[in-house]
Amino acid sequence: MLHAILSGDVPRSKVLAAALALIFFALLLAPFVFPTVNALNVAGKICIFILLAASYDLLLGYTGIVSFAHTMFFGIGAYGVAIVMGRVAPDWGGVLLGGGIAIALSVALAALIGLFSLRVRAIFFAMITLAVASAFAILASQLSTLTGGEDGLNYRVPEMLRPAFRLFDGEILGIVINGRVMAYYLTFAVSLLLFLLLLRVVNSPFGRVLQAIRENEFRAEAIGYRTVHYRTLANCLAAAVATVAGMLLALVLRYTNPDTTLSFTIMMDILLMVVIGGMGTLYGSVLGATLFLLAQLYLKDVMGAASAATSGVPLLPSLLHPDRWLLWFGLLFIASVYFFPTGIVGRLRSLAQRHRLL
Amino acid sequence: MLRTEGLTISFGGHVAVDAVSCEFQPGSLTSIVGPNGAGKTTYFNLISGQLRATAGRVLLGDEDITGLPAPYRTRRGLGRAFQLTNLFPNLSVLENVRLAVQARMGKGMNLLSMAISHRELSDAAWSYLERVALTQMAQSPAASLPHGDQRKLEVAILLALEPQIFMFDEPTAGMSVDEVPVILDLIRSIKAQGDKTVLLVEHKMDVVRSLSDRIVVLHNGKLVADGEPAEVIASPIVQQAYLGMGSGDE
Ligand SMILES: Nc1ncnc2c1ncn2[C@@H]1O[C@H](COP(=O)(O)OP(=O)(O)OP(=O)(O)O)[C@@H](O)[C@H]1O
Ligand SMILES: [Mg+2]
Repeated sequence: MLHAILSGDVPRSKVLAAALALIFFALLLAPFVFPTVNALNVAGKICIFILLAASYDLLLGYTGIVSFAHTMFFGIGAYGVAIVMGRVAPDWGGVLLGGGIAIALSVALAALIGLFSLRVRAIFFAMITLAVASAFAILASQLSTLTGGEDGLNYRVPEMLRPAFRLFDGEILGIVINGRVMAYYLTFAVSLLLFLLLLRVVNSPFGRVLQAIRENEFRAEAIGYRTVHYRTLANCLAAAVATVAGMLLALVLRYTNPDTTLSFTIMMDILLMVVIGGMGTLYGSVLGATLFLLAQLYLKDVMGAASAATSGVPLLPSLLHPDRWLLWFGLLFIASVYFFPTGIVGRLRSLAQRHRLL
Repeated sequence: MLRTEGLTISFGGHVAVDAVSCEFQPGSLTSIVGPNGAGKTTYFNLISGQLRATAGRVLLGDEDITGLPAPYRTRRGLGRAFQLTNLFPNLSVLENVRLAVQARMGKGMNLLSMAISHRELSDAAWSYLERVALTQMAQSPAASLPHGDQRKLEVAILLALEPQIFMFDEPTAGMSVDEVPVILDLIRSIKAQGDKTVLLVEHKMDVVRSLSDRIVVLHNGKLVADGEPAEVIASPIVQQAYLGMGSGDE
């Protein structure tokens, strides 16, 4: 049963299995275990970024496609919902309408970009995606009557997802099931389902072809796979999933702006999550996104404390100032890539394998 | 039946294959020989679609496939093994072959089933590994195989495509003496099926002599001799252009 749900892609490491189980149950029970508004936001963000990073791994880790346009699709999903919520109607019909338009637009753009990759080299393809994504971000901020420009949009979401909503009077395990909790569980459920769908895709015959393309595209063509079709489909699929992740973000946050969706920083974050977790494993996205987002929060707090504690010492406080967290994170990243070139998952699996052989 | 008509390709000013017209019949094994740089591999690349001809045509049966991309030619029964080993290095030996079986059976666009649940694909892949005596290495990554085994895997992938036309580009190059017979016996068995077209590029003249129904000689991209093995080997042009250069073996 579990084997089929995971599409036969078992963790192959006890430590990895334990880490995944821990993350799964923490997220499943987040509203009860971490009942603050802030913690619930973090948990929701983790779900969304696991999905986003996993969809990116389909391209980067499985197919060997380096794309910088992934946040564009994320943004299309968020803005699709945001615009319809704000301008048409904040109800479920609006979510479907905005989401539907967004997914159609994303898939069309992804197909177009995919077809571009017919003849160009990987590095040139990466440049094209960078150009398209930048152009799109500029377009989004220029079309301010539609998108709210740099300020973005604030809007109401379907009633069931608003903080004031109560599913029923009373509490479960001391928790009021309000709109926030509903929005969280919507995010959790959709992310989980789509993650399992991606896991199925990468373990399907199609997924094997993607790996063949990553390994040796020339030979994949020679044995009869028209690789441009496979790459294009992988692009469209990844784009559609990223779009759904964006829709979830728009519903959870109830505001959408370039910083939350379209920024290049987020693109880099996703890239780091996938690389740190382990490319071409999908489980890597789970660990990568979780650790990244926790580090992002936790490092800032620790550094704030450290900075205050060293306030008498020259240079140190400013080096440890929370604004420098990215510098430290960068160093951590370099260290992790240096010591675990196959990512955390790759490392855990090879350790487990060595253990079995001993 | 496979045919090339005036097949030509030039790189910059250099004509690597120069107006080669030739026909290959089912049930026959044709060796293509010639000195290094004669254009043999390039000729193969034009036939199997890795390169696009500057002029001339490639015909498969009645169909003009000159402009057809490589994967479509493969699906029409043109199978190619490469001179320089060309595998999926980090995938297992079995997976390398399984992918070829999967391509032939047209299962690649199946997104929602588990690859491991398609037993027919892995069973078939296993049978090709048996034919090249590689089952012991089935789970190892292709890149970890010694050179000779990588050459065998290359041939197993070709077998897995079940082509009508087999193109071998120096299949035994770099193999140890005791490994060569496995490959030669395989080529003989393909020939013995009677309906397959086999094209073989090979430098070892004893191999060429023992396997070929016919020999074609390329020199500077041109077809300079074509006929019965004994006759071609004895012809002055071959003695001069090829054997005369002392490249009878590697
Ligand atoms: N892609 C290419 N670009 C430019 N020149 C090429 C290309 N491919 C082949 N050539 C040239 O075409 C000529 C024929 O090369 P080819 O590899 O077909 O020879 P060959 O007969 O297979 O030789 P060998 O016996 O060494 O394998 C050589 O001069 C080679 O340098
Ligand atoms: Mg050659």
